[in-house]
Amino acid sequence: MQRQRRIEDVSLENGDPRPYGRRAFLGLSAAGFTSFLWAGPASRIFAPLTSAFSQMLADVLPVGGWRIYTISGSMPVFDPSTWRLEIDGLVRKPVSLTYDDLRKLPQAHQTSTFHCVTGWTVRNVRWGGVRFEQLLNLCEPLPSAHAIRFVSLEQPYDDSLTLTQTRLADVMLALDLDGAPLSRPHGSPARVVIPEMYGYKGVKWLTRMELVAKQPQGFWQKHGYDQDAWVGRSNGL
Amino acid sequence: MHWVHASAFVVLLVSGLCLYLPSLAEIVGRRPLLKSIHVYTAVGWLAALVVIVVVGDRAALRRTAREIDLFDRDDRAWLARRGGAPQGRLNAGQKLNAVVTAVFALLFAVTGFFLWYGERDTRFRFAQTVLIHDWLMYVSFVLFVGHLYLSVVHPTTRHALSGITRGWVDESWAARHHPKWAATFDVPRQTVDDDR
Repeated sequence: MQRQRRIEDVSLENGDPRPYGRRAFLGLSAAGFTSFLWAGPASRIFAPLTSAFSQMLADVLPVGGWRIYTISGSMPVFDPSTWRLEIDGLVRKPVSLTYDDLRKLPQAHQTSTFHCVTGWTVRNVRWGGVRFEQLLNLCEPLPSAHAIRFVSLEQPYDDSLTLTQTRLADVMLALDLDGAPLSRPHGSPARVVIPEMYGYKGVKWLTRMELVAKQPQGFWQKHGYDQDAWVGRSNGL
Repeated sequence: MHWVHASAFVVLLVSGLCLYLPSLAEIVGRRPLLKSIHVYTAVGWLAALVVIVVVGDRAALRRTAREIDLFDRDDRAWLARRGGAPQGRLNAGQKLNAVVTAVFALLFAVTGFFLWYGERDTRFRFAQTVLIHDWLMYVSFVLFVGHLYLSVVHPTTRHALSGITRGWVDESWAARHHPKWAATFDVPRQTVDDDR
């Protein structure tokens, strides 16, 4: 084996070695940590750029900033021939609606911002669908009903809203996103939309609405998330 | 050290993309499983780094760390002119890559921890955490592609792959591209067990 000279002997011969390595490490790390302060505003500034870039790559990258979360092994599949929206519980008239039944109801449209509790946001989301008032008129809730429990095809996902919350101006049962029927990743055929709250309250792949006296603990509440998921003033944010 | 980093990075990148891209989320699904893979791989990677330091050749690790730290006049000239100055075992670009990799590893680990822990204790939930983790991924992906290009494709540099996989490189290649390191070797004429 050859004898090896230590590399710094060679470096010194060529003069003036400076500890740029550790300085770069410390400097870049510090800059990285300061990003906790400027990442939010920077992201907002660059959002039009990154959204445009995402649009170019269709749904390979998160289009317009959407991410898709699930809690189970795979996303439910919507079968128009067998899917029903059951509305039952504390009601005078339980109903079972087909997809066509929902489409025949007066449709509403809105543009809202979507906030996820994990920290990302999608702006200018165009929703189309049915106001809950239309659905409640059909089933006639009993006086004892104060909340709706929403049950997803993706088991065991469920969540709830009070009847008062369902009457907010921009709350709806959405059937369309950005001008097209909901795709599978986005919760086809129907999802709850309440822009004032974080997205986990908006149950996707909806299959049942149960009128109840009191809001139960839903999937995410059982994991410690807030029942009233108001954007900017819940869940530690 | 390199292979712990490389294998963990690939598993984290692939599992992370399945968590991040809607198209993969739809095709692959299994989010709870992929989350576990992602988190446990990160923990395993950190544990492996600790094991390397505890059980490995710390003297050699320190020598390499010092090598990465010190940028002499030739290194600085090489950076300024993108070449054209003699380099040691690691050229200035490789040293920078090592530093940036270490910085990103630290930031990934910290933001990853907050993403995991913030779900369990909302005092540690910050909206920016996922944005920082995302952007680290975008930048490190680009750097990773560049790294793969230089180590596998680019004609003048891809021989370095032999060094990181087989542990040796061709002497004339070393003399051409890492002359200050090649200069430290005697011409091998016989095998003699010398003191180290």
